Amino acid sequence: MLYIKCPYCGLRAQKEFSYGGDATVKRPNINEEVPSEDWDNFVYMRKSPRGKHIELWQHIAGCRQWIKVQRDTATHEIFQTAKVTEEIR
Amino acid sequence: MSQPFRLNKEGLINRNKKISFTFNGKKLFGYEGDTIASALIANGIHLVGRSFKYHRPRGFFGAGVEEPNAKLQVEFNGHSEPNVNATEMELVEGLSATSQNCWPSVNFDVGAINNFLKMFFPAGFYYKTFMWPKSFWYKIYEPFIRKAAGLGVASIEKDKERYEHKFEYCDLLVTGSGPSGLASAYAAAKNGAKVILAEDKPRFGGTLLTDDVSIDNLSGKDWAEKIITELKSMPNVTVKNRSQVFGYYDHNMLVMFERVSDHLEKKSKFTPRQRLWYIRAKETILSTGSIERPIVFGNNDTPGIFLSAAAKEYMKVYGVLVGKKPLIFTNNDSAYETALEFKKNNVEPIILDTREEHSSELIDEAKSKGIDIRFSHGVIVANGYKKVKSAKIGKLNKDKNSFEKIETIDCDCICVSGFWTPSVHLASQSGNKLKYEEKIDAFIPDKKKQHETSVGAANGSFTLEESLKHGFENGSNLSAKITETKTEISIPNVNEKKYGAHDKFWCMPLPKNENPKRFVDFQNDVSVSDIEIALREGYRSIEHVKRYTTLGMATDQGRTSNLNGLQLVSNIENKIVPEVGHTTFRPPFTPITIGTIVGREVGMEYMPTRKTPMHEWHEKNNAVFVDAGAWKRPRYYKQGSENLFEASKREAKNVRENVGICDVTTLGKIDIKGPDAAEFLNRVYTNAWMKLPVGKARYGLMLREDGIVMDDGTTTRISENHYHMTTTTAQAANVLSHLEYYLQIVWPELNVNVVSTTEQWAGAAIAGPKSRDMLSKLYPDLDVSNDALPFMGYKEAEFFGVPSRIFRISFSGELAYEINVKSDHGMFMWEKMMEVGKEFGNQPYGTEALSTLRIEMGHVAGPELDGRTIPSDVSLNGLVSKKKDFIGKNSLGREAFNVESRQKIVGLIPIDRKSSIPEGSHIVQDQNAKLPNPKLGHVSSSCWSVENNNPFSLAIMKDGKNMIGKKFFAVSPLKNKSIEVEVISSHYVDPEGKRVRS
Repeated sequence: MLYIKCPYCGLRAQKEFSYGGDATVKRPNINEEVPSEDWDNFVYMRKSPRGKHIELWQHIAGCRQWIKVQRDTATHEIFQTAKVTEEIR
Repeated sequence: MSQPFRLNKEGLINRNKKISFTFNGKKLFGYEGDTIASALIANGIHLVGRSFKYHRPRGFFGAGVEEPNAKLQVEFNGHSEPNVNATEMELVEGLSATSQNCWPSVNFDVGAINNFLKMFFPAGFYYKTFMWPKSFWYKIYEPFIRKAAGLGVASIEKDKERYEHKFEYCDLLVTGSGPSGLASAYAAAKNGAKVILAEDKPRFGGTLLTDDVSIDNLSGKDWAEKIITELKSMPNVTVKNRSQVFGYYDHNMLVMFERVSDHLEKKSKFTPRQRLWYIRAKETILSTGSIERPIVFGNNDTPGIFLSAAAKEYMKVYGVLVGKKPLIFTNNDSAYETALEFKKNNVEPIILDTREEHSSELIDEAKSKGIDIRFSHGVIVANGYKKVKSAKIGKLNKDKNSFEKIETIDCDCICVSGFWTPSVHLASQSGNKLKYEEKIDAFIPDKKKQHETSVGAANGSFTLEESLKHGFENGSNLSAKITETKTEISIPNVNEKKYGAHDKFWCMPLPKNENPKRFVDFQNDVSVSDIEIALREGYRSIEHVKRYTTLGMATDQGRTSNLNGLQLVSNIENKIVPEVGHTTFRPPFTPITIGTIVGREVGMEYMPTRKTPMHEWHEKNNAVFVDAGAWKRPRYYKQGSENLFEASKREAKNVRENVGICDVTTLGKIDIKGPDAAEFLNRVYTNAWMKLPVGKARYGLMLREDGIVMDDGTTTRISENHYHMTTTTAQAANVLSHLEYYLQIVWPELNVNVVSTTEQWAGAAIAGPKSRDMLSKLYPDLDVSNDALPFMGYKEAEFFGVPSRIFRISFSGELAYEINVKSDHGMFMWEKMMEVGKEFGNQPYGTEALSTLRIEMGHVAGPELDGRTIPSDVSLNGLVSKKKDFIGKNSLGREAFNVESRQKIVGLIPIDRKSSIPEGSHIVQDQNAKLPNPKLGHVSSSCWSVENNNPFSLAIMKDGKNMIGKKFFAVSPLKNKSIEVEVISSHYVDPEGKRVRS
């Protein structure tokens, strides 16, 4: 079971979180014309990297904040966590 | 009742407390502190089971977790458990143990014929033999193999025991209380760290209990006791015996299995049987020690053959002799300690040492005590069927591949030692890639992936001095990093015997023309010849050899067989062991009970039960409940001998004719506040929300970004910047997360807050033509006329003195209202409604009637919004704005969503107006067509239309709108039904929606 550092609550067990997918995907702006290829990429296309991956988790049984987690998909090592408004490099 | 193999004094058992038990029906006794194994050996019993494949007689081999043979069916404390390790299970009064895998008895086992047919059971036997004819598999082979396979019998009784889970956090977890574990725990405790010390066995001390050593002038055992006593007195230390850390998971979470009360005769009602600990440790010390490995020789599985350290443990811990004429067969010095222990107890051992004549401290001591030592010797084959009677021994030539002399000598036990294998299971589970250590011919931990440090024998250090030093240093350094305190501890003086070098020898050759079975893996009956076959047939990867031969795949995880198997493969392949590699270690280290894994999450405690504030009323009024997620909802209220169909029909009819009330508390409710709330709703829902006035509700539809309908519900504008959203019961949690996602990540600039208020409000729907009359009685001071409270209107008013919200919304398609009061007032509201409603013929209705009402109105719900439908599929395209953007809008333009023949919702009625159509039925043109019969759609919801008094269904059908008036078949192979149906509009009752507005 992973040990995830919520930027608001501190280290908490994975049980308290729910996974939310790739955090680097950006939704096209609302009320703007979006080329259909861009839209399809946003809705359907996801990378499945082996190694570092920045992903979203929601602290669903805690503060309910969505957070960013940089995790190694092969080893589960977590390098960094951040608020969604912060950047992970 | 004498115990012929019990020593007079030795051992750590309590001789003042006799414990009686039975073995295969025979009444025996042992002492408190015995295991089943030690008590049986004391009674001279060695034959305890039959082997897995060949049904060969088997006895004890080890004294702990390494035991491959002695798995018994054990009944104790009122339950029966299969495959219990006799060397681990402590004796309790009244325990009854029986042998497994034998019929009719362990002494005479019919299955032993397999042993004489063994040429027919080589590796891969099953794969090769049961391939053809194909049709034989299910009916003949599989049931036969199933019957023959397996060992014990699982109980079919409900497990009445209590199991618990516990979550714990610590600075340092120490797994094993041998010398290095004690030293690590002690040093860390002195630095003020929060320490958990776990010991698998009942007694602390590990090898200190059996080795002839002294520490600071105390015997090993006394020193261990002193340290444990001090650790127990420290508030920052938790010391646990009978507790095995069996799994090492991600981010330094380890799982421990504690046997809380299996050894107790009496326990209090709430004492759990076993407990599972989830331990999150900042650092872990793996002081799991090492396990002796055997030397492979002929018939090496005969009862009476032991690991030499096990024989010593039986003497030192249990005061039990494994035999009175022992042969010690070794390639190293440690077995000499066993020989000396026999000698001390006036038993004359003979030592066979594969090494050439040489000297060391232990050899010299054995010589000086007059022990018969034969160098360059080994056991070729053990004689005796159910017990060792003699051994054919041989003097090895210089190359150790043939014999200079062969003779037979009498013996009643053989204690074998092929050197030591560090227990690296936990380190390996943590992700540590092991490395092969030439010096000890075994794998030890290498680079860490997690916060683990192996010390002592687990790390390949086989001297006490080194183990203690490692322990103190690592315990101190690792904890100092956490506590930032360092207490100096002087490392104690150690007195131990120095061992000479071991012999890199692991398998006895066979003389010409002799071919006894030489077992590598006892528990799965894998012999040297099986591995040879696998390699001959082309298996090269050690993982493949393992699976083909089942080497190391039994419940003992190959603790005594893995390395010998690897040596064998590397010899045949002419590779060195590190090139062959090792197989994967997986949790659990030893088998654990299913009860422990499940813990308290059984029966009613499997998941939380959500009850509405009116639940008790429903119960008292014969409600039959249905699960809606974790919620309990009344499905129908049973009157007299009514069944579901009759009751729901009565309830639905009453709503259509009079008035009914329904508990709608379970609907998801989300409070939405903020100056940008309207803008937010406008983006979340497909329809327009900017102009919804205060005091008005609106029905809204939510999509996922891929255009599929996510949920529907009404949202009401309570005040300028305050909205009340309802969701379906099932989607409540998802919708909240969905809203939070957009507010926190996508549009953080919107000033809006959302919070779940599902639990805060109790809700009741009042539906039916007389609902307004009833409402006016409930709110005598309020104008509830159609003008004052029109369809989709909203009012706040006092309900007999308590604040309430009135929404004029309808799910049933009738004139209807929903009243919300605070949860605490839910029951009050419900009872008042029942009382006031009497004169209007009010009756409560459950979810079944609710479904009937919505289905015949053509209102969609979960079965239609099934994650595959877009708004136009379910006739909700009127709610999709063309003017504004919203979540999922761009996807609605997809080509596949806009083809003419796209699926659409339709209504179905059976041609005979009688047969109800099973939900899930497929719609086909021709019921007799050749399979696969093209599917035109499926039936999503079915009901008995109370309005028209015949069955009616909703279906999602290809090109649905153009099918109206046509006839098809709804077929359900599952229910073996085929019903001719006619396609009609999905709005079967009141298609203009006049009633809700009336």
